[in-house]
Amino acid sequence: MNILSLFVLVPVLMILFLFVCKSMQQIRTVMVSGASALMILAVTLTVMFLQERAVSNAEMLFTSSTMWYPSLNIAYAVGVDGISVAMIVLSSIIVFTGVFSSWNMNMAKEYFLWYCLLSVGVFGFFISVDLFTMFMFYEVALIPMYLLIGLWGTGRKEYSAMKLTLMLMGGSAFLLIGILGIYYGSGHSSMNLLEIANNLHIPIEIQRWVFPATFLGFGVLGALFPFHTWSPDGHASAPTAVSMLHAGVLMKLGGYGCFRVAMYLMPEAAHELGWIFLILTGISVVYGAFSAVVQTDLKYINAYSSVSHCGLVLFAILMMNRTAMTGAIMQMLSHGLMTALFFALIGLIYGRTHTRDIREMGGLMKIMPFASVCYVIAGLASLGLPGLSGFVAEMTIFVGSFQHADVFHRILTIAACCSIVITAVYILRTVGKILYGPVQDSHHIGLPDASWYEKVSAVGLIVAITFMGMYPSGASELINNSLMPIIEKLAII
Amino acid sequence: MIKMEYYLIVSTLMFFIGVYGFIARKNMLAILISLELILNAVEINFAVFNRYLFPGSMEGMFFTLFGIAITAAETAIAIAIIINVYRNIGSVNVRKINKMKE
Amino acid sequence: MEYSLFILITPFVLFLLLGLTGHKMKQNVAGIIGTVGMGFAAALSYMVAYQYFFVIGKTAGVFQEMIPVSFEWLRFTEKLHIDLGILLDPISVMMLVVITTVSLMVHLYSLSYMHGEKGFQRYYSFLSLFSFSMLGLVVATNIFQMYIFWELVGVSSYSLIGFYYTKPSAVAASKKAFIVTRFADLGFLIGILILSYYTGTFDFATLTANHAESVVTSMQGLSFMGLSVAAWAMALIFMGGAGKSAMFPLHIWLPDAMEGPTPVSALIHAATMVVAGVYLIARLFPVYIFAAPEVLTLIAYIGAFTALFAAIIAVTQTDIKRVLAFSTISQIAYMMVSLGVSGYGGHDGLGYMASMFHLFTHAFFKALLFLGAGSVIHAVHSNEMKDMGRLHKFMPVSSWTFLIACLAIAGIPPFSGFFSKDEILSAALHHDKLIFFTMLFVAGLTAFYMFRLYFNIFWGKEKAYDSHHKPHESPALMTVPLIILAIYSIFTGFIHFPEFISSDSTPFAAHIEWMHVAIPSIVVALTGIVIAFVLYFKGSEKPVQIAKSLGGFYTATVHKFYLDEVWMFITQSVIFKLICKPIAWFDRHIIDGAMNGLAWTTQKTSASVKGLQSGQVQLYVWVYVIGSLLIAALALFL
Repeated sequence: MNILSLFVLVPVLMILFLFVCKSMQQIRTVMVSGASALMILAVTLTVMFLQERAVSNAEMLFTSSTMWYPSLNIAYAVGVDGISVAMIVLSSIIVFTGVFSSWNMNMAKEYFLWYCLLSVGVFGFFISVDLFTMFMFYEVALIPMYLLIGLWGTGRKEYSAMKLTLMLMGGSAFLLIGILGIYYGSGHSSMNLLEIANNLHIPIEIQRWVFPATFLGFGVLGALFPFHTWSPDGHASAPTAVSMLHAGVLMKLGGYGCFRVAMYLMPEAAHELGWIFLILTGISVVYGAFSAVVQTDLKYINAYSSVSHCGLVLFAILMMNRTAMTGAIMQMLSHGLMTALFFALIGLIYGRTHTRDIREMGGLMKIMPFASVCYVIAGLASLGLPGLSGFVAEMTIFVGSFQHADVFHRILTIAACCSIVITAVYILRTVGKILYGPVQDSHHIGLPDASWYEKVSAVGLIVAITFMGMYPSGASELINNSLMPIIEKLAII
Repeated sequence: MIKMEYYLIVSTLMFFIGVYGFIARKNMLAILISLELILNAVEINFAVFNRYLFPGSMEGMFFTLFGIAITAAETAIAIAIIINVYRNIGSVNVRKINKMKE
Repeated sequence: MEYSLFILITPFVLFLLLGLTGHKMKQNVAGIIGTVGMGFAAALSYMVAYQYFFVIGKTAGVFQEMIPVSFEWLRFTEKLHIDLGILLDPISVMMLVVITTVSLMVHLYSLSYMHGEKGFQRYYSFLSLFSFSMLGLVVATNIFQMYIFWELVGVSSYSLIGFYYTKPSAVAASKKAFIVTRFADLGFLIGILILSYYTGTFDFATLTANHAESVVTSMQGLSFMGLSVAAWAMALIFMGGAGKSAMFPLHIWLPDAMEGPTPVSALIHAATMVVAGVYLIARLFPVYIFAAPEVLTLIAYIGAFTALFAAIIAVTQTDIKRVLAFSTISQIAYMMVSLGVSGYGGHDGLGYMASMFHLFTHAFFKALLFLGAGSVIHAVHSNEMKDMGRLHKFMPVSSWTFLIACLAIAGIPPFSGFFSKDEILSAALHHDKLIFFTMLFVAGLTAFYMFRLYFNIFWGKEKAYDSHHKPHESPALMTVPLIILAIYSIFTGFIHFPEFISSDSTPFAAHIEWMHVAIPSIVVALTGIVIAFVLYFKGSEKPVQIAKSLGGFYTATVHKFYLDEVWMFITQSVIFKLICKPIAWFDRHIIDGAMNGLAWTTQKTSASVKGLQSGQVQLYVWVYVIGSLLIAALALFL
């Protein structure tokens, strides 16, 4: 059995086991052991991948393919390169920490069922190399979100769940058009990404309308301006672990898809039409940051900051050079980790103070030192402190983007750089407001600090953030070599 | 012998009177009666066509008999429903029976 | 010289140790571990300095750049990669000595000064982090490593300014410091991007090497909006330096940064971090002089203006730490001016040498001033001059050491400040008369406000001190660092600096120009001191009268020329209210409104066609009958 299929199989098994669980204890056991198994698998995969790549120069490793709908050439085809491995590692970390962040859920069994289904979708997406299978897993990841937010959320949860699902479904519609366009445009003989990329050619006339559809379809999930408004509402209403998973992993599906499908299969159109999206993403970056400055809800701040950071991912992908693209993938990793940490901590704070309004909090550093220190670390990672992951990712993007030969692109890069100042403003504003200063609300005095399971979640993420920040060449090398095929493809034009 | 057209004119009239009643009446019993008219018009047609066009065979007659039996059963069920509806909401007006929709 | 790596590793390990396990230690244990560790790093630095300057640094009369440690940290492209390493050359070795010495003194001093504070361990771990970052900054082998440590320095400064995090003013000050310097760093970053794009390297050695002038000059032909690309890049990099070194108009964070504990101000906001900008310009000096000399002129003028501006403000401040803060700004501006007026090579590079010299001497006497001020604050529990007076008889050691530092900063021979300031004035005299006279005037102002401070604190009228808490001399742990720094302040001036540091690493001879520079500057300084003596020694009413006669100008000066208010207006009213709020509104109402509008339209459309699906079978039959009749009619008649 292919190791990659295990990533789908393990969550499915978890679902089956959950059905027979009776007590909370059993549910937790299943979830923790399953999530740990996924982590171990991810690490094993990384090691195996590195060994395998040393001896092989295939584009994708561990490939296998089983036809399951021959008349449309749809196959369950899997395979990974360095980028997917990085994404799988990220997902496994976040799934793992997410379990600990949802330790005390109501209706835990149902919650975790959907949670596992979501994981199936996420892992399935990253291992697939078949367009339709990829799309299918993408949908599998989206649907549970509706229930998870609608049932376990807070605030205007029905509204937000509906909005999020509908907007993302709208994106999916574009995506489906795009995928069919690619399939028929390339001569309806294969749905396999590698096959299409290497052996088939899509005429430029078709690319011209398929590329925007595909990019937009994935872009909605990557919070592309002006289709980002699901993100603040959705994240604000979602339960902690769902926010973590959504901002941490699901938004990366968008970036990954743009990169793997839109750019990879349609390089000509990317060159021709990329500038439109480049402007949109440039707007996302600055606009998201500016919007975050005036928000008063912690989750809104973080959601807008995600818009800004994810905008940077798409921005860098569109720069179409190796360094910038490496930076884009690193930014996905980094943003996934730190935003998950943010949401975990916001959930923790909200669970105790029952407010997310920064005006109603103050002096939490005194009350919950552990959580507050973690929050500061998350903030520093977000504003790009060297030694934490945000810095390496952003710098790779900026340096890479600035190498573009075109002055227009360089000026856009400078504009995007401005976001680092604005990021500092909103991060420090939040930190100063809620953690420092005198205690704002006397009810907050004596609230307990993080409990052990919350500590596991926070520490796990911080370790990952620091590791990536201190030893960036690990991630950089993993990604960089796998970029060759797409860079070559883009360079031919 | 009476011409076939006369039978058909009668059955057509019955049929459209039935359709009109089905559309226009509010009372469920009246609708049921209209339905009976429609069905009977059809049965007349069966019998007439059999008698005039295929005198040698009896299929149309049998079909008519079969139809009468079905109609009787159907009427019985319909009346039972109507009575139950009347018991529940105190009316047999179709416009008022919209509980299930809400 | 691989052991120089331990100068960096030691504070980093201390930071991790104290940061992660500090809360389980006793306060004293944490403090002593930190201090001993720093002492170790300082000893290593002195060893490195000795070896470099006297044993192995010089080959054929020229100091060589040495890179004992270097490894690739992150690769961007074939040519561009961030290396982390240690670069030893005269200025970095000098900085190692300065940083570790001052840091050690501050560590020692804080043992007593911060004793019993909540978060003592945290304080020491941040001090170690700061020392690590600052040391990493000065030994950077490439501009990106410098940027990395530059940011780290900013963060450690942020955490130390906001050390008393329950105090809103401290939180605001730390935020302001970080954001203002971050804004400047944006310039730095863009400058790095431009520079690296055109030269294809981050490496200092390649950028500044003589034989590689072509690397830099290759940029000169290109221009953007009337200025050469090189000038843009270097001006932007200077913007980063100006932010950290508090040059006008980015200086506003420094006075507020005095909210931090006083030893922190001594270490970070007087002696080390704030000179990082000067160090940056010095590091890239060959690039400036060959590729963008016009930027150097700009630097000189900004420096001169800042020096004058800050000195004027310093005269009217009443918070002793703020006086020192403005004096720091003014003194750093001296160093900037000196770089701005410098040439390259031999005696032309006098300004470069003078700048580094002043950096060196200033670090010690300014740290001494701050620590002395800390000792005073410790005794009277106030920062305000009006609560002090006649402290000389209570705290003689603090008073004498403070006097030494004041004489040094005022430029009275034979104290160290005289020598370095004199070289700066010499360099300015040969370059630009206007700058020379400005700086000379500032020298007088400096002498005046420093002695105003000194007389107000230690002489003047005795204040009504609480009889239970009479001010008393600080404990030995605090006075010993004062005495050591006083010794440095007296003697460092006698080091023959051109022997060690010069723009092209070749020693040259410099001598004091008594007639044109030294005597005028001494006269000016003495005048300042005498005026201060007359006005403040006995505590007369004259200062108030003079202030009244100056009217609006005086008020403006007290309010620091309203620059804080201008910045506040820009950030609060313009950026926050006119950019962020409208964008957020736009997002919520227009963009999101459009999305919600789409949903609303769908809903309304569905509601309007919903009537057709009434569930009324009669209606369906009606439609069916009409429809079939119509179709029949069509079939018949068409």
